Parts: sequence; structure tokens; C-alpha cells
Amino acid sequence: MGMVRFLVRRILTGILVMWLVATGTFFLFFTAVPVQSVARNLAGRSASPAVLQEVIRYYGLDRPWYTQYGHFLNELIHGNLGQSFYLEESVNSIIKQDLPATISVVIGGVILWLVAGLAVGILSATRARSLFDRLATVSVLAGVSAPTFVVGELLIIFVFVQLSDHGITFITTGYNALTAGFVPWLGCMILPWITLAIVQAAVYTRLSRGSLLDTLGEDYIRTARSKGLSERRVLFKHAVRSAMTPVVSQLGIDVGALLGGVIVVEQVFGLHGLGYQVVNAIAQGDQPTVIGFVIVASAFVVAANIIVDMSYALLDPRVRIS
Amino acid sequence: MSITELQYQASQVENAPAIAIQGRSQWQLTWRRLRSDKVAIASIVVIILMILFAILAPVIAHLTGHPVDQEYVNTGQTADGLPVGPGVHGFILGTDWVGRDLLVRIAYGARISLFVGLLTTAIATILGVTLGLIAGYFGGVIDGVLARFFDAALAFPYIVLALALASVFNPSLLIVIGVISFFSWAGISRIVRGQTLSLKEKEYIEAAKSLGAGPWRIMFIDILPNLLGPVLVLATLYIPTAVTFEATLSFLGIGIPEPAPSWGNILSEATGFYHVAWWYVVFPALALLITTLAFNLLGDGIRDAIDPRTERIFAGSKNRRNQRRNRRKGQGLSLDQAILVGQERDLTDGSPLPASEES
Repeated sequence: MGMVRFLVRRILTGILVMWLVATGTFFLFFTAVPVQSVARNLAGRSASPAVLQEVIRYYGLDRPWYTQYGHFLNELIHGNLGQSFYLEESVNSIIKQDLPATISVVIGGVILWLVAGLAVGILSATRARSLFDRLATVSVLAGVSAPTFVVGELLIIFVFVQLSDHGITFITTGYNALTAGFVPWLGCMILPWITLAIVQAAVYTRLSRGSLLDTLGEDYIRTARSKGLSERRVLFKHAVRSAMTPVVSQLGIDVGALLGGVIVVEQVFGLHGLGYQVVNAIAQGDQPTVIGFVIVASAFVVAANIIVDMSYALLDPRVRIS
Repeated sequence: MSITELQYQASQVENAPAIAIQGRSQWQLTWRRLRSDKVAIASIVVIILMILFAILAPVIAHLTGHPVDQEYVNTGQTADGLPVGPGVHGFILGTDWVGRDLLVRIAYGARISLFVGLLTTAIATILGVTLGLIAGYFGGVIDGVLARFFDAALAFPYIVLALALASVFNPSLLIVIGVISFFSWAGISRIVRGQTLSLKEKEYIEAAKSLGAGPWRIMFIDILPNLLGPVLVLATLYIPTAVTFEATLSFLGIGIPEPAPSWGNILSEATGFYHVAWWYVVFPALALLITTLAFNLLGDGIRDAIDPRTERIFAGSKNRRNQRRNRRKGQGLSLDQAILVGQERDLTDGSPLPASEES
């Protein structure tokens, strides 16, 4: 019962947030950019004033803001993100076409960074101050300090270029769809995944190590040990589970940052996904595509945060959802 | 007895070495701890060297004889029009895609990176501390509105909005500074708010109130000094974030516009030369990594020096025993984790604050 009410409330606030985002981006673009410059972008630099007028009329740019805004919201509710100014396509089909590449990067990257981050974190915590722990701490600091695109570029120089110079062509840049075969897909995804993992896993290693060390000092862990449970059971059944709470909340915070990371990774590796498309759209001043991307991205963030909040309750029995 | 006589006696007391018991302020203690931290001192040295590198950029240009925007078509490029490597024709770190001296460009890039990093951190800190104090101290509706605002600013796909903003207004230094500051204050605000919530219930605030102190005086004179430690740590750790942010925006082509060099846009130009010019990527990347790493290590060092309770990986055995004892006492997250998680927690006695509505 509590769960249903919680979900309904979160979904309603999620819709409110998305409406705010949509409205904010709409007005940012439609009031801050003068109509003439939009039309000039669309029609080309040498277009005559008559052509400019025609373009403005065609896209409805001369109508008052409330008509345009109402039109925009109405279309949005029907799941229509509008027409790209530059590509002869609707924004929906652009997003549908570029989504697989982005999803591949995101899912593989998140899995790799969570597995790597948590494994190193747990190992460090159970062997606190060992050589492994110290090495992990040093590499974590390096990872935290490194910007995503620098890691990506260094990986290209020191892995991709070296391998391809020696005739090993498994790893590629650019995007190969999964439909073209698993191996080519894996070959183009492996470096982007490693890039995201190096940058992000560091934070999770640090967080899970500290959190697990704190949890291991709690009374109920001593109780579990004194009951004669094996160390493995104490660790995985009792300690790790509740030590994961800060990790999960960090994951909620990182979803926003992850989108930024994906944009950068797609740019570095020439992956034609949503991030690549949005950077192009920004360079061209293709506002409908940018707005569409921002709305899809914020929907993603809102949904991810709801899932994160729900998983708190699953992880830590002390947290009750209300 | 005259006043000079009194002063003389006082100075005698101060100068008497055997009996003087020096009172040390918290900051003196912090500085002493920081001074014995070799890693922190090394980071300070690296940061100072990097700042000198930036300040002396024109001198480096003069010494090498290569102005920052001068394109050396003959000596700076190979016959195929590619960049030349380190050491060729007097280009110490090689040249870039149009034959400009990479060393000089990296030095000028350091000016922009450090300037943006330090300035945006200052703006974000002032904004974040002020709003956090107001939200925490006044509470009620103001707090509710501001807290939702912090949450929104933290949860947002900020780089997407930064992209959108930068695309609407043409890229410029001012826009970059505005965008970075705008997206950096919320984290500081949240922690300052949490701290203020607990500090305002202390007795000395009660005392200040009963003496007739107004809310602004209490916030900035009585509460703020107690928050300077965490704020200093947060600010130091924000500098590398801001430097990275600027580099990322410039890398995506919406930051510092050409031809002004920044580490981000140098690395962005280098994307086409992965196979032929490793130096074009490696040297600016190293400059960026060294800078961010130094600030991160310094931030960690300052945190350890301010809050000796936090865990130290290279700490001595006595320190370790204390930490173990603290852990056994069941204290919650360390400041480190509180900063990472952005959790609201009373750092003075380790008890968690009233949780927010969802938990």
C-alpha cells in the first residue's frame, strides 16, 4: 500500500519536473534566439528576405509565443517531439535511430563500472591497509582526477592505435550495430565501456570501501560473528547489503553525470548515438532536436531516480518507504 | 605602573621560553598537521609550479621565440603538413596541426584553465555558502523551496543544460564561467545547510540570540566560522571539477573559442591526429591530469588535517587505533563520504540529522 502511494507520488513529481524542463528549454530557445537568425540558419546565408519570410511562416515562427508553446506542449503530450530543422526527419525517428548505440554504451558501461568499483571496494575493505588497498587508493585518486575525454583519448592512443598498428583489428572506433554481429559490436563498445568504468568506478570503490568499513564496525556484525557465522556469510549476507545504501544513492546522483559522460564518450570514439547527434544539433542550431534530447534525457534521469529510491528499501531493511 | 611598563612585562612573559604554554588555534593545529603531510606539501608545490607556468607563459613564448598564435608553416610542419614531434626544429613539445608551438600553447592554456577553475570555485562557494546558510538557518518555507532547488540542480543532466545554454549564447569565456558556477553551487549549499541545521541548535547560538544578535550576524559571524573547515575542503575539491568542466566544454566545442588556447580545445583539435602525433594528446592531457590530481590530493590532505578522525590510508598506528575505536563507536559516514554522498549529517558529533521526507 505504502509502496503504491510512494510510486504515484514520485511519478507525479517526475511529470512536474519534466514539464518544468520542457518549458524551461522551450523558452530558452524560443526567446533567447531571435527569429531572424533561426530563419537565416535554416535558409542559408545568401537567402533573400522573401525566402526568409517564407521560412518563418512555414515553421510558424511568426506566431505569438503562447500559440507556439501550446502547440509544442500538445505535440509533446502525444509523444511527438517535432521536426528537425536540418535533417529531413522527425526528432522521434532521429532519437529512435540513435538510441541503440547510446543504450549499448550506457548499460555496458554501468555494469562494468559497478562490478569493477564494488569488487575493488569490497576487496580493499576486507584487506584494509594491505598493498592491494594502497594500490587501489592511489589508482582511485587518479581515476577521480581524470576527465572522461582524456581517458578516452589516451586509450585510443595507447590501445587502439598500438593494436591496429600491429594488425589487430578486433577493436574499432565508430559504431557497429548488434544486428551486424556480436563480435564487431563488442569490438566497438569495449573501449567506451572501459573509459566510463575508469572514470566512474573510482568513486564507487572509494564509497563502497568506506561504507563497508563503517558497517563492519557495527554491533550487529559483531553479533553475527559471535553467533559463529562464517566470515563469508557475515560479509555478504549482513554487511555488504546495508553498506550498499550510499552506493545506490550515489548511483542516483550519477545518472545525470552519466549522460554528460556518454556525450563525451560518443564524441571521442565517433559513436553515432544520441550524444553525438545532440552536439551536432547544437553546432547547427537545430533546436527541435536539442529540445527533444533534453526531454528524453530528463525522462531518463527521473525514471532512474525513482528506481534508485525504490531499491533503498530492498537493500536496507531499516529504510521504510512512506 | 605605566602602560609601557605593563607592555614590557607582558613581552617578558611572552618571551620566556621555559614557562610559555602556547595556545594553538584550530587553524594553527591544522597547518601543523598539513605541514607534516608530505603528499599535501608536494601537491602545494606542484600547484604553485603550475601557477608560475601560467603566469610566465609570455616569458616562455619569449624564450622559445615562438609567439602563441604564430603558425610555423615551414619548420613547424612536416612536408605532408603534419605536426612535428618533440625536439624537432626547437619545438620542445612539438607542434600542433597548423604548426604552432605546443609548449607555448599549453602554457597559455594553463592561464585559462586555472583562471576559470579558481574563479568559478570562488563564485560557487560564495553562492553555495550564502544560500546554504539561509536555507538552514531560516528553515520553513525558505528552506523547502531552496532544498528542492538544490535537489533539482544536483539531479539534473547538467551537462545537457550546459550544452543548451552554451549553444544559445555564443561560446565565450564569460558564458563558460557562468555555466560552471551555476552548476557547482548546489553541492556546497546542501552540506552547508545540513551543518547549519545542527549548529543553530547549539547553546552558544542561544546565547548570541539572547544578547540581541540578528539573524545575519548569527549566520555569518557565529555559524560560518565553524563551517570554514568543510567549506575549505569542498572548495579545494571543486577546483579540479571546475577545471575538468571547462576542459570538457572546450573539448565539445562550446567552451573557450578558438584561437585562444585552452587545454580542452587543444585536446579537441588533437582528435584527428591520434595515429601521427601522440605528443599532441599526451602533453596537454598530462598538464590537465597533473593539475587535477594535485588539487584532489591537496583537498584530501586538508580534510585529513582538519578532521583527524577521517580515515588515512598512510596513517601511523596510533591514528589507526583511533579510527578503529571511532568505527566501533558506530559513527556514521566520514566527512569524505558525506561529501561524496552529499548526505546531511552533523559532523560535530556524528549523529545523523533528521532524514529527508522519502527515507
